[in-house]
Amino acid sequence: MEHIISVTVENKFGVLSRVAGLFSGRGFNIESLSVAPTLDPSMSQMTIVTSGDERIIEQIVKQLNKLIDVIKVVDLNETEFVSRETAIIKVHTKDADRAEALRIVDIFRANVIDSTPSTYTIEVSGDPKKVEAIINLLQPLGIKDLVRTGRVAVAREPVRPAAAQPKKVARE
Amino acid sequence: MHAVGGRGAMKLTGAEIFIECLKREGVKTVFALPGGVVLKIFDMLHQQKDVEVILTRHEQGAGHMAEGYAKATGKAGVCLVTSGPGMTNVITALADAYMDSVPVVCFSGQVPTSLIGNDAFQEADNVGLSRPCTKYNFLVKDVNDLAATIKEAFYIATTGRPGPVLVDIPKDVSMAKAEFTYPNSVSIRGYNPTYDGNKWQIKQAAEAIMKAKKPILYVGGGVIFSGASQELVELAEMTQIPVDMTLMGLGAFPGEHPLSLGMLGMHGTYQANMAMHYSDLVIAIGARFDDRVTGKVSEFCPYAKVIHVDIDPTSIRKNIHVDIPIVGDCRTVLRELNQILRATVNGEQKDLRKPWWDQIQEWQQAHPLMYHQEKDGPIKPQQVVKRLYELTKDRDPIVSTDVGQHQMWAAQYFKLAKPNRWLTSGGLGTMGFGFPAAMGAQAAFRDRLVLCIAGDGSIQMNMQEMATAVVSKLPVKIVILNNGFHGMVRQWQDLFYEGRYASSYLDTTPDFVKLADAYGAVGLRVNKVGDLDAVLKEALATDKPVIVDVPTYPFENCYPMIPAGGCNHEMLLEDPPELKKKQSGATKVTPEDKDTVLTA
Repeated sequence: MEHIISVTVENKFGVLSRVAGLFSGRGFNIESLSVAPTLDPSMSQMTIVTSGDERIIEQIVKQLNKLIDVIKVVDLNETEFVSRETAIIKVHTKDADRAEALRIVDIFRANVIDSTPSTYTIEVSGDPKKVEAIINLLQPLGIKDLVRTGRVAVAREPVRPAAAQPKKVARE
Repeated sequence: MHAVGGRGAMKLTGAEIFIECLKREGVKTVFALPGGVVLKIFDMLHQQKDVEVILTRHEQGAGHMAEGYAKATGKAGVCLVTSGPGMTNVITALADAYMDSVPVVCFSGQVPTSLIGNDAFQEADNVGLSRPCTKYNFLVKDVNDLAATIKEAFYIATTGRPGPVLVDIPKDVSMAKAEFTYPNSVSIRGYNPTYDGNKWQIKQAAEAIMKAKKPILYVGGGVIFSGASQELVELAEMTQIPVDMTLMGLGAFPGEHPLSLGMLGMHGTYQANMAMHYSDLVIAIGARFDDRVTGKVSEFCPYAKVIHVDIDPTSIRKNIHVDIPIVGDCRTVLRELNQILRATVNGEQKDLRKPWWDQIQEWQQAHPLMYHQEKDGPIKPQQVVKRLYELTKDRDPIVSTDVGQHQMWAAQYFKLAKPNRWLTSGGLGTMGFGFPAAMGAQAAFRDRLVLCIAGDGSIQMNMQEMATAVVSKLPVKIVILNNGFHGMVRQWQDLFYEGRYASSYLDTTPDFVKLADAYGAVGLRVNKVGDLDAVLKEALATDKPVIVDVPTYPFENCYPMIPAGGCNHEMLLEDPPELKKKQSGATKVTPEDKDTVLTA
């Protein structure tokens, strides 16, 4: 089963290779991995999409925790979470295809971020199903290049009764 | 934090800081081999007397000596190597230490920071190379970080589940100057080992122990590293539970104690494996359910509930389902467990478990460890180990082994009374470990008796260290069980490859007596079984390093044996009939055997 694991790590050189080496050395899957610094520049946030049965996921979480540069590990599948992925798709577009491409872009609330007489470069963001769907629709036009960020994800805040909610300045 | 000399103190070079740090960590001995980029450090070591340098002949030797030192003392062993080949040579020892959780701090030289990544002379990516075989590693790019890094290295190596840590020091960092301050404490936000077990879980464990009719303690190296032997003895005696030890756990519980069933696993005793298989409660303490212990996982301990105490959460539920997991330090957890049990245990447990003990005794009597030594026949390897044990046990020796048949016989017949006396390579199974490890222990305890039981194959893998032993006056007593084979490989070939001795027959081995002599050590040979005691006694009375070469019966096989992937209660107890027939009367390798070697 697919799991999304959120890992907070030290923002130091070599940490990525420790995490990647753990997965390759122990034969765990990585479907995607994204990493970038957090608000605190001494830390980075990784989102790892992996798969395996319950025992393997337990081992992955424990082994990640064991790494000295790993500060926190959360298996997001244990809570509610939202995830997003961005894809940039370069599509061949000639004549009538150009209008078709724009229609598809419109339907998916994607953006054209570059345009040449024979191509559109389209940026789309959403859950993996949405990204898959637009790729499928664009494929008949001819996809020249496709890059995907891999997923990033965050746990949803638990919704508490209004009275119990602490007074905080909303970040949203 | 406190600075040496306070404000305005003289700055020290990286090399001097290195030595100051070692002194603060109480390091007395460094196993080392120099090279271009670590010369500054060696130069400073040469000009002081607090830290002794033992110059090894190969970096692998340095690494294993640090391991032997660590296992015998319980403190971190330290080695120092140069960049490039120095680093690649020590990798085997680091991998060995990682598998067996040995606290080792390895310092490696690195090319100057300005040259890193340039394919400079003797450059290697030391941090990259050692990443999968160290607990943690550091590249120090700034001399101002050196002291704090070394402090962290020792802290990480010796706390939690111990392991090797590498500190890579570029040449310019060892030469640059900085003010020396040594931190008093370490705080790493991503590293907080759990020492105290969960109280509720410990209570659950105590209840399960009270109720169990057929409990078994399965104890490993974690008991030794956490210093929990005394607590273990108390637990076993109080509850009358038999004790199985892993290869790494030998010595954690006294080998001759009536509650000890000996070693379990692939070459464990019959009673140890049977008791494990038929138990209703396995209490695993500081052991990790290695495949050499579990055999076929799906049929492992089919009737048992499992309690697992380990400081490393990843060890729990890695291979085997665990009912009561307890993450924590073995000693801390056992103390708490004993405290609960002390209040509840009464005479009832002994009665409750009487049928279990009757059964175990039946197993013990049915298939004790066995071999046949004929009076005038070829020397049996087991006889050598047994006599060596009997002749030395009053001297509380430290024993190291290499890897193979001789290691298993040593594990079976050399019954250790106390922890930190047993140096062996378990997880990685590194041939060539034994001799340097024994030297490391001898360097820590100059007055103790240190034995190395080796095979003729293994000893040749780090034979060069005999020069170190002679020069550095480390009078290790090596006993070579010389069968002319890679014996364990030959055993597997006889059992599973129809006796084709592919590359297991060594054909010519050096004359070990002359070899010892060439190094300036003492060489002795046992020509017949009647001479065994006399020669061993002569070796033990010598104050130099000694090789005792014992030509042994070449076809002796090690039993009991659970074939790889087999089930724990299905042990081979002796040679199958066809093998017996083949080898009847054979005392040495015949031309036909050699042909098998050549044509296989």
